[in-house]
Amino acid sequence: MALPNKPIGEIAAVVDPEIVEHDTDVLIVGGGMSACGTAFEIKKWAPADMKITLVDKAAMERSGAVAQGLSAINTYIGDNPIENYVKMVRNDLMGIVREDLIYDLGRHVDDSVHLFEEWGLPIWKKDDAGHTLNGAVGKAKAKTLTEGGQPVRTGKWQIMINGESYKCIVAEPAKAALGEENCLERIFIVKLLLDKNNDNTIAGAVGFSTRENKVHVFKCKVMSVACGGAVNIFRPRSTGEGKGRAWYPVWNAGSTYTMCAQVGATLTMMENRFTPARFKDGYGPVGAWFLLFKGRVQNGLGEFYANSDSATEELKKFMPYGASAVTPTCLRNHLMLNELKEGRGPIFMATDVALNSFLDAKKAEGMDEKALKKYWKELESEAWEDFLDMSVGQAGLWAGLDIEPEKVGSEIMPTEPYMLGSHSGCCGIWCSGPDEDWVPAIDGPRSHKYKWGYNRMTTVNGLFTAGDGVGASGHKFSSGSHAEGRIIAKQMVKYVRDHADFTPELSQTAQELADEVYAPVKLYHEFIGASTSADVNPNYVKPAGLMMRLMKATDEYGGGVATYYMTSGKMLNICLDLLRMLREDAAKMAAGDLHELLRCWENYHRIWCVETHIRHIEFRKESRFPGFYYRSDFPQVDDENWKCFVNSTFDPKTEEWKCEKVPCINIIETEPWI
Amino acid sequence: MPSFVDPSKCDGCKGGDKTACMYICPNDLMVLNTEEMKAYNQEPDACWECYSCVKICPQGAIAVRGYSDFVPLGGQVHPMRSSDSIMWTVKFRNGNIKRFKFPIRTTAEGSANAYLDLKGANLDDELLSTEKPLKNPDPAKMAK
Repeated sequence: MALPNKPIGEIAAVVDPEIVEHDTDVLIVGGGMSACGTAFEIKKWAPADMKITLVDKAAMERSGAVAQGLSAINTYIGDNPIENYVKMVRNDLMGIVREDLIYDLGRHVDDSVHLFEEWGLPIWKKDDAGHTLNGAVGKAKAKTLTEGGQPVRTGKWQIMINGESYKCIVAEPAKAALGEENCLERIFIVKLLLDKNNDNTIAGAVGFSTRENKVHVFKCKVMSVACGGAVNIFRPRSTGEGKGRAWYPVWNAGSTYTMCAQVGATLTMMENRFTPARFKDGYGPVGAWFLLFKGRVQNGLGEFYANSDSATEELKKFMPYGASAVTPTCLRNHLMLNELKEGRGPIFMATDVALNSFLDAKKAEGMDEKALKKYWKELESEAWEDFLDMSVGQAGLWAGLDIEPEKVGSEIMPTEPYMLGSHSGCCGIWCSGPDEDWVPAIDGPRSHKYKWGYNRMTTVNGLFTAGDGVGASGHKFSSGSHAEGRIIAKQMVKYVRDHADFTPELSQTAQELADEVYAPVKLYHEFIGASTSADVNPNYVKPAGLMMRLMKATDEYGGGVATYYMTSGKMLNICLDLLRMLREDAAKMAAGDLHELLRCWENYHRIWCVETHIRHIEFRKESRFPGFYYRSDFPQVDDENWKCFVNSTFDPKTEEWKCEKVPCINIIETEPWI
Repeated sequence: MPSFVDPSKCDGCKGGDKTACMYICPNDLMVLNTEEMKAYNQEPDACWECYSCVKICPQGAIAVRGYSDFVPLGGQVHPMRSSDSIMWTVKFRNGNIKRFKFPIRTTAEGSANAYLDLKGANLDDELLSTEKPLKNPDPAKMAK
């Protein structure tokens, strides 16, 4: 061929990769906060001869949702009753949650935070006079949390940190505890494997290296899968370079949900999504602005609409959820969307009003000019750190726009939808709760039960999940995900002990698996000669193009930003048709290099994952999360018929989906609701 | 806000077994061209601008230019990270500069206690290895 037609990436993929087979007792898939919790905890329980392997598609030091850092830990119970934590989560997620999982999380989470502090995470403290100390000064001058030191609370559950290196600090003891040699980085697990001889039992997984042409086949007795939520599943508001500036980590491709669903794990509340209202385009956090700086939002007319009489009236339509002092996240969005739809946008965070009211208060107290200047420096620094710790891009946007937050407010906008289970969302996998008396005992299949012997085990034997993976149990955030990872560490060891006779056996050969994983590479090499352009070929599609097709379908028919999150039964069924064809065409994705192969498999996971989302929204004949999505044909929250979980299960043998209603049981008192 | 590499500073990590930016990028974007021995961001529209590559580069060769679809030109945010703190320089489009320094870690790198010798007590309860006895819901606060 006269024209150069070569793979884009540096590491060309070959048709016949080397195959590496691994035998391990425990396989930990993922390297984020949850997996680091698992890695830290597991050897405390495992017998010395137990083989444990962790596989991360990136590098643990900076992988997962906390890679960039965080400016707060959003779940620290402290002196609060755990029952109140359950009530807060239950109300924020419009009533349908697993209270057993949430309570259990609440009683474990603080121990992880205490470890973080011991390991070196700087946590802001209050001194005896109530002044704020940053994490380094706090370490020198104040007590630790376990000694009774007072963190800086911004809300009831959040504490402030200097968290640029949060993930590095948490990954370090995780790797040390497991042994560096047992942490395999840059291997992307793409498919879980069931046992050949035992029904509904996990036996292994297959993935590939993104650094060398090797397919890795793992056999294991027990497995955890915790690789985050799903991003770039709906068309983002920025579709050029800014496509990467997703609110949630752009590398989260729905792998957790897809891989577990494909082996038959029951999913729950996949209709839930999160469309956070964030600073427009940069998607910088607003939590500190609302909570630490007491900021409020203005509509285009300058009105603080969220406290208006009409907003209060609107919230009364959604009782009891609308009545709480902290309005559920989706309903806050709902109020904002009403403003936008009525033409009363744009919505601004009044950063100027917030910061100046602090300064005015100090002036009124009689603070002199010099002290005031110092106070302002601290305030300004805190405001910028919020971005620089966890969303540097927002700081870059402010720099580019010459924004000085004390002089001018900044625009807020609800983002494109994301799927996740650890933040203010609750989609995920249906799991067993802890083996405690207060967890309801239900007769029936696991997809209806609340406990079946191993805490956080999915409905598949030997398959566990944590963090974004565990459904109907949001508001864990970074600390709770770590704690949940620790919980399953112990449970997995228990599972292996209880199933000592089990020897996993795969039903496919390693070569068959390798051929499947490398199919996009084979396709590329087979047809590359049919076109002078590597990216435009009648026989295959590149992953970048297929992702745009996916995002267009969901955006236009599945309630994306294009329709202000509005959809309907008719539109959802069109979306499902488009997704079915996408799933079929996913087999036509081609990869010339290893980076592209990574993108192929991520897309495949995205398609499956968002299909479950659409399927659940279609099944639930109401609008449970106004502000996250609406069904025009069923616009109300319908507690009478739909205050229940929607669970779905894919049967790997028949390849059929089953959606069902599952009763939602309150464990914590409902009077008072909050 | 994709990262980019200054070719006059990048030395490809001298051809060692680990190219720092390539090692660290959570999204597999930074890659080394072995002919030129220079790294580059192979997929700028998938960059989360997490700055992991900027922070780790031993040559200070990587910086970030605002996303072309919404960031006006001229601003720049750049860090200098040490073992215990990070210094940020924020340059505005209008030329103003602000600097902020924050602590990042209160212990020495490598000193986090992995509790290698700690062994859990009872595999059949819910208590984790470093925890004190767990709470259960207050019967008075449970649903009737």
